[in-house]
Amino acid sequence: MTERPDYKAFPDQRGHFGQFGGRFVSETLMAALDELETMYRRLKDDPQFQADFDYDLAHYVGRPSPLYLAERWSRELGGARVWLKREDLNHTGAHKVNNTIGQALLAKHMGKKRVIAETGAGQHGVASATVAARLGLECHVFMGEEDIRRQRLNVYRMKLLGANVVPVTSGSRTLKDAMNEAMRDWVTNVDDTFYIIGTVAGPHPYPMLVRDFQAVIGREAREQCLKQAGKLPDALVACVGGGSNAIGLFHPFLNDDGVAMYGVEAAGDGIDTGRHAAPLSAGRPGVLHGNRTYLMEDDNGQIIETHSVSAGLDYPGVGPEHAWLKDLGRVQYVAANDQEALAAFRELTMVEGIMPALESAHAVAHARKLAPTMDKDQNIIVNLSGRGDKDILTVAEIDGIEF
Amino acid sequence: MSRIQDCFARLGEQQRKALIPYITAGDPTLEVTVPAMHAMVEAGADVIELGVPFSDPMADGPVIQKACERALRAGTSLTRVLEMVGQFRRDNDTTPVVLMGYLNPVEIMGYARFADACVAAGVDGVLLVDLPPEECEDVAPLFRERGIDLIFLIAPTTTDARIRSIAAAASGYLYYVSVKGVTGSASLDVNEVAARVETIRNLAQLPIGVGFGIKDAQSAQAVSRVSDGVVVGSVLVSQAAEHEQHPEKIAPAMAAILADMRAAMDKP
Ligand SMILES: Cc1ncc(COP(=O)(O)O)c(C=O)c1O
Repeated sequence: MTERPDYKAFPDQRGHFGQFGGRFVSETLMAALDELETMYRRLKDDPQFQADFDYDLAHYVGRPSPLYLAERWSRELGGARVWLKREDLNHTGAHKVNNTIGQALLAKHMGKKRVIAETGAGQHGVASATVAARLGLECHVFMGEEDIRRQRLNVYRMKLLGANVVPVTSGSRTLKDAMNEAMRDWVTNVDDTFYIIGTVAGPHPYPMLVRDFQAVIGREAREQCLKQAGKLPDALVACVGGGSNAIGLFHPFLNDDGVAMYGVEAAGDGIDTGRHAAPLSAGRPGVLHGNRTYLMEDDNGQIIETHSVSAGLDYPGVGPEHAWLKDLGRVQYVAANDQEALAAFRELTMVEGIMPALESAHAVAHARKLAPTMDKDQNIIVNLSGRGDKDILTVAEIDGIEF
Repeated sequence: MSRIQDCFARLGEQQRKALIPYITAGDPTLEVTVPAMHAMVEAGADVIELGVPFSDPMADGPVIQKACERALRAGTSLTRVLEMVGQFRRDNDTTPVVLMGYLNPVEIMGYARFADACVAAGVDGVLLVDLPPEECEDVAPLFRERGIDLIFLIAPTTTDARIRSIAAAASGYLYYVSVKGVTGSASLDVNEVAARVETIRNLAQLPIGVGFGIKDAQSAQAVSRVSDGVVVGSVLVSQAAEHEQHPEKIAPAMAAILADMRAAMDKP
């Protein structure tokens, strides 16, 4: 038996999680990433920086977010008690803001006046536009044309916040193409621009620093669960797009051997149809957007289009730490399809009066399968990464309703 | 001596500079590429950079993005590109060919298999845009052992320390990217380029090619005066877009642009 690794000791100095992660970018960005890493490593242990971050999370975001026992739903499921980590109650409506607060503080320290971001569902774009408005930074958000259509409410929100939403028309016109375009902008404007990446992907140090900012979710949840349930949870469930809400919940528990973890990818029309967004379930390792990770790609190494009812999960890659945790077997990666996510969206709304984002609904869908297989004295924490208001038009469209 | 070393040595003796065209392989059809390579050599090209199309060309501007899309639609793959080089080699055993592209197609093929295939096809160098020296320690020996040059980029943002470590990992030539930006972006500033090339020369022994922003005979001439070679990409690739419906016009159009540049560069 090999000893289990200290999961929290990664990435290594060069940003690697085993064979995954790293820094695979064109030369022009190397200096900027070095600069960012140096600044982050310095500020990470600076008590003033941490105090500023904590202050903003408390007074601007509204943290800690509650850990809510979904009693009625748990009873209906007839198994484990299900708790919801209420990231939907954060300012701007999702976990994304935890990270943009942190990165905006970094941008401020680095003297950057212009920020850029990519967005899929628009939640990260909104969270970026929000912090930019507050700090008086110029903000450009890259968003695929297809997502602009699906998430038009968030597009308008970003505009109201003073951001410039740049439609991306290349490739599949979704999140991966928005990320390509943001990278291109960054290469061009690298001197005065801070790139706020919205998930635990991208080149080192992004997967590390986004994780560190999001880990507030798991730190709170761990403490709350000990206090409210009297013990550590038996299982954690979170949806995985790029993987930031999931790693944020999982990371503080990684060395707690008794806590099972489930990352839920988007199965779209179904894994066996090939029309999905589940690289950990059905992809293979490769290099995209600056890191080595599991990808959805064809036999020639070309990235293939993804499909999911949820714009925020419609991404062919995944954060490298998840790739590593999958291969180590520490986290189980499963998938929920569009139908299951939609059913979960409706069920949680009807039973608990909480409308989850379609992304989060994938986690809800898995919890629904998992809870009945567990005992009544066991506890599951589901990361409710965002609220579903932004998805009302999508669900209405599926219901054939027009406004 | 490798074909690339040979080429720069010969040019050095003649006091001429290298003209290095980049085209995307298989754009807009698989058939145009090999004849275009020959036509470019005829027009005065010294080294050919053959682009391997990728679905997500992050470091490229719209012109080469569209070229990748056309090439992939035509069925181009890394295997097909290697076949093209093999075919080119049947009639040309001297002009160095460098494959330029992104890492993922190579990852999937496997590094050893790719390096073997390069040798078999007659590829002389490989430039992987998103593989910096830090990440290629494990795979670099596979190329070195087989005599394939690894070409690396140097950017305006590259520090002196990095220039040294890049030069230590590189062979063949160094490719100085003259502007902060994607391919096909703003025009370069020759004085700035001259100063940077001077810096690189003091830190590295290899010949220095300069690319990004070279659009016509005039800019090719100006840059050739301060470097060892000029890399020309987007203006050539835009010919494939312009003549997409008449692919037979593509090779002559590319050759005409290069002939102009060649003449301007060779003027004493
Ligand atoms: C509410 C919500 N949850 C989850 C995600 C997926 O991202 P990640 O996997 O990084 O948490 C998004 C992305 O837009 C989102 O808006």
